[in-house]
Amino acid sequence: MNPPQPVTEVDIALTVNGENVTRHVPVRQNLVDFLRDTLGLTGTHVGCEHGVCGACTVRFDGAIVRACLMLAVQADGTDIVTIEGAATADGNGEIVADLQREFHQRNALQCGFCTPAMLLTAAELIAVRPQASRDEIRTHLSGNYCRCTGYQSIVDAVEAVCRKRAGAQP
Amino acid sequence: MPQESRGATVSAAGRRDGIGASLPRTNALRLLSGRGQYVDDINPPRCLHAVVLRSPYAHARIARLDVAAAAAALGVVRVLTGRDVAALCDPYVGVLQHVPGMQSAPQWPLAVERACWQGEPVALVAAATRAEAEDALALIEIEWDELPAVTDAESALDPATPVIHPELGSNLCFERVVEAGDVAAAFAQAAHVVEAEFVTGRHTAVTLESRSLLADFNSADGQLTVWHSTQVPYMMQWIIARHFRLPETQVRVIAPDVGGSFGMKIHIYGDEMAAVAASLVLGRPVKFVADRLESFVGDFHARGHRVRARMALSKDGEILGVEADDLYGIGAYSGYPRGSANEGLQVSNLVCAAYRRGAYRAVTRAVFQNKAMYGQYRAVGHPVACLVSEGLMDLAAAKLDVDPAEFRRRNYISPESYPLKLAGGPVLEKLSQHEALEQLLQMMDYRGLRAEQLQLHKQGIHRGIGLASFVENSNPSAATYGQGGVSIASQDSCTLKLTATGGIVAASSITECGQGGYAVIQQVVAAVCGVPFAQVKVVLGDTETTPVGGGVWGSRGTGICGEAALQAGKALKANILAFVARLQESEASLYDIRDGRVIDASTAVLVMTLEDVARTAYFRTDQVPKDFQPELTVTRSYAQKTWNGAYTNGIQASYLEIDIDTGFVKMLKHWVVDDCGTIINPLLVDEQIRGACVQGMGAALFEQCLYSDEGQLLNGSLMDYLVPMAGEMPDIAVGHTCTPTATSELGAKGAGEAGTAGASAAVLNAVNDALRPLGASVAEIPATPERILRALGRIA
Repeated sequence: MNPPQPVTEVDIALTVNGENVTRHVPVRQNLVDFLRDTLGLTGTHVGCEHGVCGACTVRFDGAIVRACLMLAVQADGTDIVTIEGAATADGNGEIVADLQREFHQRNALQCGFCTPAMLLTAAELIAVRPQASRDEIRTHLSGNYCRCTGYQSIVDAVEAVCRKRAGAQP
Repeated sequence: MPQESRGATVSAAGRRDGIGASLPRTNALRLLSGRGQYVDDINPPRCLHAVVLRSPYAHARIARLDVAAAAAALGVVRVLTGRDVAALCDPYVGVLQHVPGMQSAPQWPLAVERACWQGEPVALVAAATRAEAEDALALIEIEWDELPAVTDAESALDPATPVIHPELGSNLCFERVVEAGDVAAAFAQAAHVVEAEFVTGRHTAVTLESRSLLADFNSADGQLTVWHSTQVPYMMQWIIARHFRLPETQVRVIAPDVGGSFGMKIHIYGDEMAAVAASLVLGRPVKFVADRLESFVGDFHARGHRVRARMALSKDGEILGVEADDLYGIGAYSGYPRGSANEGLQVSNLVCAAYRRGAYRAVTRAVFQNKAMYGQYRAVGHPVACLVSEGLMDLAAAKLDVDPAEFRRRNYISPESYPLKLAGGPVLEKLSQHEALEQLLQMMDYRGLRAEQLQLHKQGIHRGIGLASFVENSNPSAATYGQGGVSIASQDSCTLKLTATGGIVAASSITECGQGGYAVIQQVVAAVCGVPFAQVKVVLGDTETTPVGGGVWGSRGTGICGEAALQAGKALKANILAFVARLQESEASLYDIRDGRVIDASTAVLVMTLEDVARTAYFRTDQVPKDFQPELTVTRSYAQKTWNGAYTNGIQASYLEIDIDTGFVKMLKHWVVDDCGTIINPLLVDEQIRGACVQGMGAALFEQCLYSDEGQLLNGSLMDYLVPMAGEMPDIAVGHTCTPTATSELGAKGAGEAGTAGASAAVLNAVNDALRPLGASVAEIPATPERILRALGRIA
């Protein structure tokens, strides 16, 4: 009897930015490579491929994850949001849109490579803790490297959206 | 002069989008939406993916190399070795002819017989997917004969140390001595001498987007198109054409969105050149994107100096003389094409350059090392010179028991001394040191802060305040590269065309790496032409669609291309008004352009819209007088030719707290007063200065490429190499003095590097200010907890 052959490719079905997606993927493919190379969602960036810089952050069943530390097969049956759909997605969409506006007004980005992930990370904090202090914002963003801005304008932008949303709450 | 008044003199009165207005960048919206396009986002049909085998040794001879198994692997289209690429690409030697005695050895994209640093590219695999290429990399059979590695700069020139390139005769790349006045006499008559040995860690840029290149050679028409994450498309075009022996007109270099550069993306890299070679061989697109681990050993490193310095002082605290001995270890080759000399050149020029420094002698030596390539990175040499200068100033102030701010004030160059030529060549056109210091002390409430520091000290809380004045080269002339025989433009150009509907397209020779090149050109052109900001579209980063120019490096984009844009704007406006005057049978001086409309200058009544002007010129030539040809496309160029560079200045202050049990440093606040002359857009300038400060703070506290004695990089990952994070960085207050350079009409000087130039010194001085009452000091950056605890005698 022949030994069982290792599985090298599998079918996955998931939701990405609200659209149903089915693909046949190599089992070793990273989630970020699947999103970028297979689906063409190049707004998610690859910065280090070892889970430190945060540039590959996406929303995965409502929580932010590092897409370089996950495999595409792990996304089977999940709901993923990338920057391309983040501002119109259910849940945090409005927060992301507010953040985009504030980032633009305050020039809270230079090269923009960290920016999509920074927006998703910041949106997660604002969704659960709009009353976050400046120090809390800085701590929360510490998993996302920015090499251009000095962080201050990013913190300012996130703080502005926090204040706006905290004010809007009853 | 405060910045507002200068802005108002240049911009049209009352305009909110003139020069000096804080406008958000229109080109940032794409990036915020995830619609940027970096090199790795571009995937043409039939694109192959290249990965590179690198030397695991710092110095080793290739004993055997067999790529047959790799070449036969699934998906692999071609494997290239050093010899394969050397057959296509002429070697390069990174020397500047105007640096006397400078030498280096010929270098090929891939190592041919031996590798000279850990990480040197050795072979390239091109395959259908990156994963397949990486699989095949493991099938390359290579055997090495390890050679002794030269890894200690101090002993690099000892007779017992092996010479990396025997044909050069020594491991010395170059030595330079700058001398003015009688230094020996100054120290002989000094009442006080302060001295220290300063050490700056070798570190690297860590752009978030790694180096990336996509080459597509179309063998049918001989056209090579290269999408490249670069600051310098024209330099790359010249290099690729020259070394691959191609006609320059058949090489097009495009810099799409660039994910950070900081000077690291102005160099030639063997892996990138090898990817170009692969495309030339295969006649199809080949993409190379460095991963993070190979970036640490593949990217250029910088800093890594040891400077012994001393200062002679009179009993009244006048600086009688300054002496500095700088030694730094570069890579095994001088960088190409810019050389690895500029750090040392700037250090030897600029120690204590902000002050009346008396007699002066500085020596710098660059020695070859079996370590990663080394060269220009943001604020080239300035942070080292500043660290030494400001460290000496604080030592002197402490020795004389004078407040460090007051000691600086007493020793600044007198305002009436400008322009001042420094030994070594730089000319300080006009600085604003005294004004900047006053503004800084006010911003930070210096006296209040000192009182707070003293109060907390009594409670056992150890806080420090550090000051650092800096001078910074910008708007460099041909003295930097052109005079050294290197084909890097010191001029820039801007082409403006009026579109058929009255918009303006500005093609500029600088590029955008996030610093705001797009926005600066847009804002200058809009202000000068009198059209709304949004009516100006900027095209940049493409050798085929923009005029020739130097790109962005050396704090030159705004100062040089901004001036070209200003002159182009004036020329286009003059041409439009001359045309309108001819159509109206009147005088051009009677008209003006405001909000995109040609108006009667005295009554502001509309004469013609710009759309009417364009339509008449382009479609209704029947209405244009026969003897008149409107020119609605103009180009203007500019090079700064008055001085070697337009020097800027400023001062920074850092406030921090040290936990003397752990050695940890908590940054509390940072202040900057910078003088970049005319400010085009304060919103952009301020955040760029903050980002530059954070890079200097990273160098001061965290960042260092640690090497073993065998030349192995010990911390080459983002897990181990510390990049400043949001939670560790303080708020940074930015103020400005404004001393426009008289070398251009715009008056803008560079701003991009100033933060990095001064931040490390301000932080180290603050650390030492906190440690001084404890009898401890640190003269080495990064000032890690370990070094601080050792200084405190808490660990051995």
